[in-house]
Amino acid sequence: MITRRQLIKTGMAGSVVLLAAGFLASPQPDLPAASQGHLVFLQTGDAQIIRSLAPVMLGMAGLALEDIVRGVDVAIANLLPAVQQELRQLFDLLGNRWGRRWLAGVHSPWAQAAAHDLAAFLQRWQQSPLLLLRSGYQALHALINAAWFGNPASWTALGYQQPQQIMGLLP
Amino acid sequence: MSLPDPVAEGVASGWRVLDGAAQTQDLQLSCDVLIIGTGAGGGMTAEVLAEAGLDVLMVEEGALRTSRDFRLLEAKAYPELYQESASRKTADKAINILQGRTVGGSTTVNWTSAFRTPAETLNWWGERYGLKSLNPQTMAPWFDLAEARLGIADWQTDPNPNNSVLERGCQALGLKHGRIRRNVRGCWNLGYCGMGCATNAKQSMLVTTIPGALQHKAGLLTRARVERLLPAADGKSLQGAEGCLLAADGHSLNGQQFSIKARHVVLAAGAIGSPAILLRSQLGGAQVGKRTFLHPVVVSGAVMPQRIEAYNGAPQTVYSDHFMHTQPLDGPLGYKLEVPPVHPLLMGVTLSGFGAGSAGLMQQLPHLQVVLALLRDGFHPDSQGGQVRLRQDGSPELDYPLNDVLWDGVRRSWLTMAELQFAAGARQVQVLHEQADLQSSWKAARAQIMQLPLKPLLARVVSAHVMGGAAMSSQPEEGVVDEYGRHWQLRNLSVIDGSVFPTSIGANPQLSIYGFALRAAHHLRDALNS
Repeated sequence: MITRRQLIKTGMAGSVVLLAAGFLASPQPDLPAASQGHLVFLQTGDAQIIRSLAPVMLGMAGLALEDIVRGVDVAIANLLPAVQQELRQLFDLLGNRWGRRWLAGVHSPWAQAAAHDLAAFLQRWQQSPLLLLRSGYQALHALINAAWFGNPASWTALGYQQPQQIMGLLP
Repeated sequence: MSLPDPVAEGVASGWRVLDGAAQTQDLQLSCDVLIIGTGAGGGMTAEVLAEAGLDVLMVEEGALRTSRDFRLLEAKAYPELYQESASRKTADKAINILQGRTVGGSTTVNWTSAFRTPAETLNWWGERYGLKSLNPQTMAPWFDLAEARLGIADWQTDPNPNNSVLERGCQALGLKHGRIRRNVRGCWNLGYCGMGCATNAKQSMLVTTIPGALQHKAGLLTRARVERLLPAADGKSLQGAEGCLLAADGHSLNGQQFSIKARHVVLAAGAIGSPAILLRSQLGGAQVGKRTFLHPVVVSGAVMPQRIEAYNGAPQTVYSDHFMHTQPLDGPLGYKLEVPPVHPLLMGVTLSGFGAGSAGLMQQLPHLQVVLALLRDGFHPDSQGGQVRLRQDGSPELDYPLNDVLWDGVRRSWLTMAELQFAAGARQVQVLHEQADLQSSWKAARAQIMQLPLKPLLARVVSAHVMGGAAMSSQPEEGVVDEYGRHWQLRNLSVIDGSVFPTSIGANPQLSIYGFALRAAHHLRDALNS
C-alpha cells in the first residue's frame, strides 16, 4: 500500500524527471516543431506521436489516423491552460530524441518505431512505479480513446448506434 | 415533426439573458441578489427569490445550451456541458471528476437519480456537528417541495438490462436493493441523460426553476467567470462581485470585464467552484476548501451472454444500499451499488488496459454490463476528503489523496461487484485496474482482486459527486456557514450548493442539494423581504 510519504517521494522524483525533460527538450527537438495549419495545439511531431501510438493503444489496424489526430487536438484545445501546459511538457519530452530514447525507451524515431517497441513503452509507463509516468500514459490513453470512440466512424465495429426513434427528430 | 425547445423560445420571447461572449464593452450591473452558479443550489434559490419579487441576477461560467443543442453525441456534449471536457482530475490525476458547466450545472447532465438525504447522515450531522435542526423530520417538507417541483416519483418502466443485472445479482446473493426515483416528466427512456436531455423530460434546473425565475424578471449572464467577491469597506459585508467574460469557445477570455453590485450574494458555484471563489477573494478562513468529498467510485465490467445495450434506457433505476449498513457509519467505508450508462467514448476512456485486450472488450460493447460502487467518504476518522486549492493562474484544483481506509473500501467493493455479476450470469468479469484482466469464474476473479496493488492510476477511480469545502457548522470556528448557508463573517453572503455538506451524503446528492437550497432560500427570502 502506498503511503503519503511514498506518494510525495514519487511525486518529487516525477518532477525531477520533468525538469530534466524540460532541459533536454529545448535544444534538440527530434522533429521539426512547426505547427500544422489545421491543428490548434498539436505540432507536427506531436501529431506523429499520436499517429504512431494510436494503432497500438487501440489494438486496431486501418484506423482513420488523421481523424484521431484531429480529435486529440480538439480535445486538448478544450482543456484548461494549466492542463495544456502539462500536455505540452509531455509531448515535448516524447518528441525529444533523448526523452524518447531514455524515458520512453523507444529507440527509433516515432514514425519508424516498431509496434512491439511502442507497446513496450506504453506498458512500462502504464505500470511504472513513478506516478508521473503513469499519468503520462493515462493522458495518452484518454486522448486517443476519446478521439476514436467519440468519432461515429468507430461505432459500427462496436455494434453501437444512437436510438433511431429520436435521431430523425433532432435539428 | 421537430422537438420543442421551450427555453430557446423563452429567450426569443424576451427573457433577460445576456451572453458574455457577445459583449463588446465591460458590463456594470446591479441587483438585489446576485446568484453565482446555476446548478441545483443556484437554480432553486433563483426561483424562490424571483417569485418573491426580488431582483435576481444569475451568473454562469458555462454557456446557455438548450435541448436543440443536445444531439446524443458524447464528443459534442462533454466539451460543451462539462467542467474541463469531462476530464477534470484531482491533483495527482488519480480520480476523474464529472461535473456540469452549463446553465443548469450538473443537473443538466446528471443521470436523474433522486434520493433524499439518508436519515443516518442527517442524524450524524446532528450528533457530530451539532446541526440538530437538520433531522429527517424537519427536512421532509423541503424534500416534499423539491419532489413536487421536479416531478420526482417512482419510475414505472422496467429497468433496462444493465440495471436488471444489478437487481438479479442482488436477489441471487440476498442483498437488499431497491428502485431509484427519478426527476423526469414524460421520459422517452432513451439513456442519454448525461449528454443533456433532448426531449426536455429531465426536470433539471435548465427547464424548471431557471425558466421560472426568468419569467419573474430575473436576469441571466452566461459565459461569465466570477473572479472575486468584493468586500465592503466595513469588512463585514460584500458589495458584489467582479469577473471576466468568456469568448464563444467557452474558455478563452473575450477581453471584457463585468462588475455586479448586489444587496446579497449567493455563492452556488459547486463544491470546487464556490471554495475557489472564496479563496481567490482572500476570504478563505481556516475551513474553506477543506473536507471536500467525492463518493469515490470504482467500477467492474462484465461480459454477459445476452445483449445488454447499456447505452439504451434510463441509466440508473436500481440500487443497493446493503453495504451501507453492514458496518458502523464511521467504520470501514460503506458503499452504494448502482450502474452507469455505457457509451463508447466514456467507456473507451474508462476501461483499463490497451491494445488487443481492450479492443476485444470494446467490440463486445452491446454485451457489456457495468456496476459501480460509490464509497461513502467523510465519516471514518481517516476519511478527511480532499482540499480545494488554487493553481498559480487562479484556477481551482482538488487535492484528494487516496489512503488506506479508501483502498480497503475499493477492494471490498470490487469483490462484491464481481461476485454479484457472476451470480447474475456473467460470462466474464474484469474490475477496472491496469493489472486486471477478464476472469471466467468468481473464484478466479476473487484471487486476482486480492492480488491487485492498490495504487493511484492503477485502479480506475472516478467521481460525479463533489460535496463539502464550505461546510455548515453550529459554531463559527468549525465551519464556513450556518445551517441556512449564511456565511459566519460576511452578513450578506450565503453559500447554497453542495459545498455546505459537512460529510458526503451517502447517496446521489441532487435531491439533498435541492432540499437544503429550498430551506436556505426561503429563509433568505423572508430575511430580505422583512
